[in-house]
Amino acid sequence: MATHLLRRRLTQILSHGSPNPTSHISVARPFSSATETIRATLFPGDGIGPEIAESVKQVFKTAEVPIEWEEHYVGDQVDPRTQSFLTWESLESVRRNRVGLKGPMATPIGKGHRSLNLTLRKELNLYANVRPCYSLPGYKTRYDDVNLITIRENTEGEYSGLEHQVVRGVVESLKIITRQASLRVAEYAFHYAKTHGRERVSAIHKANIMQKTDGLFLKCCREVAEKYPEITYEEVVIDNCCMMLVKNPALFDVLVMPNLYGDIISDLCAGLIGGLGLTPSCNIGEGGIALAEAVHGSAPDIAGKNMANPTALLLSSVSMLRHLNLHDKADRIQDAILNTIAEGKYRTADLGGTSTTTDFTKAICDHI
Amino acid sequence: MLFTMLRERVSAIYKANIMQKTDGLFLKCCREVAEKYPEITYEEVVIDNCCMMLVKNPALFDVLVMPNLYGDIISNLCAGLIGGLGLTPSCNIGEGGIALAEAVHGSAPDIAGKNLANPTALLLSAVTMFCHLNLHDKADRIQNAILSTISEGKYRTADLGGSSTTTDFAKAICDHL
Repeated sequence: MATHLLRRRLTQILSHGSPNPTSHISVARPFSSATETIRATLFPGDGIGPEIAESVKQVFKTAEVPIEWEEHYVGDQVDPRTQSFLTWESLESVRRNRVGLKGPMATPIGKGHRSLNLTLRKELNLYANVRPCYSLPGYKTRYDDVNLITIRENTEGEYSGLEHQVVRGVVESLKIITRQASLRVAEYAFHYAKTHGRERVSAIHKANIMQKTDGLFLKCCREVAEKYPEITYEEVVIDNCCMMLVKNPALFDVLVMPNLYGDIISDLCAGLIGGLGLTPSCNIGEGGIALAEAVHGSAPDIAGKNMANPTALLLSSVSMLRHLNLHDKADRIQDAILNTIAEGKYRTADLGGTSTTTDFTKAICDHI
Repeated sequence: MLFTMLRERVSAIYKANIMQKTDGLFLKCCREVAEKYPEITYEEVVIDNCCMMLVKNPALFDVLVMPNLYGDIISNLCAGLIGGLGLTPSCNIGEGGIALAEAVHGSAPDIAGKNLANPTALLLSAVTMFCHLNLHDKADRIQNAILSTISEGKYRTADLGGSSTTTDFAKAICDHL
C-alpha cells in the first residue's frame, strides 16, 4: 500500500493531472486551493443511506475538506420531466456542480417510471463505471494482494435493451458496440491509468467469438493505447481473466471492458476483497461529471439502527476527492479508514465486530 | 463418490432483469422443467451476484445451469477456484445420449514428449465418462485413487509443485486402486 501511494503522489507531481482536452473528457476542475469551496450534490438515498451519508459529512468536516453539500432526496411522486422519482432539480444540481455522491437507492416497485439508476445514467450521460478494488489490510479474505481498478463501459453493449421475438420460442438480443463509446471509455481508462500512476491496462474481451463487436472494442483500445506508450497494454479473454482473477488477482492493474463483462468482473472483484459493503464506485459522465456511489443495497432491515457500515460510501467519497484532484485529503481519509479497519478495535457487525456506525465513524475521525 | 453424490439444488444463472426476453425465456424453460422435479430445489441467481458469491463462498452452490456465454465465464471461474484447467474434468453431452468427455487444457507443446505432463484432468474426465455409462463402481475406485495420490503428496507432477514424471504419477494411482 505504501509504495502504491508513493508512486501515485510522484505521478501527480510529475504529470499535470489533466489530459489534453478532448471532446470526450475534461477533468472536472483545476487543482483547488484550500480556501475555495466546492459544491457537491449528495443523494443520501434510502434505508441506511442517510446514516452513512452522515458519516461521510462528519469525516469530511474533521478532515476539513472544502466541500459544501447540496442534498437531494428521491421524491415520492414521479416527476414528469424526468419520468422518474428523481426530480429535475436534483439532476440539474449534479449537472451544475459536476460532482456528486450517492447512497443506495431502492427503486420503488411499479410501472410508469424509469428505474433510478437508469435515469441517472441517461440524464447525466454516465458512460464509465470505475471501481477501485484493493484488499483492506486487517480484513482478511482468501486474497491478500488485490490492487486493481475495473472500468466498465456503461451505456451500450449487451445492455442496449434491444430484444425481440423472432418466432415463438426463439428470441434475439442485440449487442451494440460503437466506435464512439468504445473510444470514450478507452480514453478514460488510459487517462486514469496515467494520472493514478498505474502501469498496465488490460482490455477484456471475447473477440475470438464475437469478432465484430468485441473486435471493434479492441480496435478502439489499441488506438488509444498508441497514444500512451508508457502504459503497457494487453488483451485478455474474459474466461481466462476470471480464472486468473480467482487464482492470482495481483496479475491485474487496470481492466477496461464492455458493459456485460464489466458488470460481471466488477462484482467478481468486489467479492475478492469482501463484498459490496466495502467497495467504492464512481460513475463518470460526459463533460467531466463524476457521481461516486455506494453500490450496496439500502439494507432496510438495519436502517435506523446505527448498525450500518459506512466504508463503501466513505471510500466512494475518497474516489470523488481524487477526481477533484484533492489527493492530499483523499489520502488522509483513506489512510484513516484503512487504519481503523486494520486495527480491528472498531468494526461494524458485517465485518465481524460490534461497533455502531457512529463509533466506527468517530474512530476514523480520530485517525485523521 | 463425488460424482455420484446426490445433488439437491439447481441454480439457473441469468441476467433477466436486463436481458428480459432472452434470459427471460431461458428462465421460463428452467422453471417448466423444475416443476417436473419437485424433490430438487430450484433457484435463480443473477450472474454478477453469482460470481461474487462464488469467490466469497463457493460452498453455496450445487448444480449451476446457464446459457452459453455465462457458462463459458462461470465454468472457467470455477476451474480457477479449484486449481486451474489442468485439474478440471469436462464432459460434452450430445443428442441421443452421446457423451464426449474431454480435458479442456491446452496441448502444452513445450513439455510434450518429456514425461512431465499432469494426466489428472483427462483421468477425471474419463471418470465422468464411466459415470455416464453407469459404471459407478469403477468410477468411484479410480476417482478415489486419483484423489488419494494427490492428497498424499508423495507423487506430484511439476505443475502441482512436485517432481514426479507422468509415468510415476500414473503408477502411484494404479497402486492405489
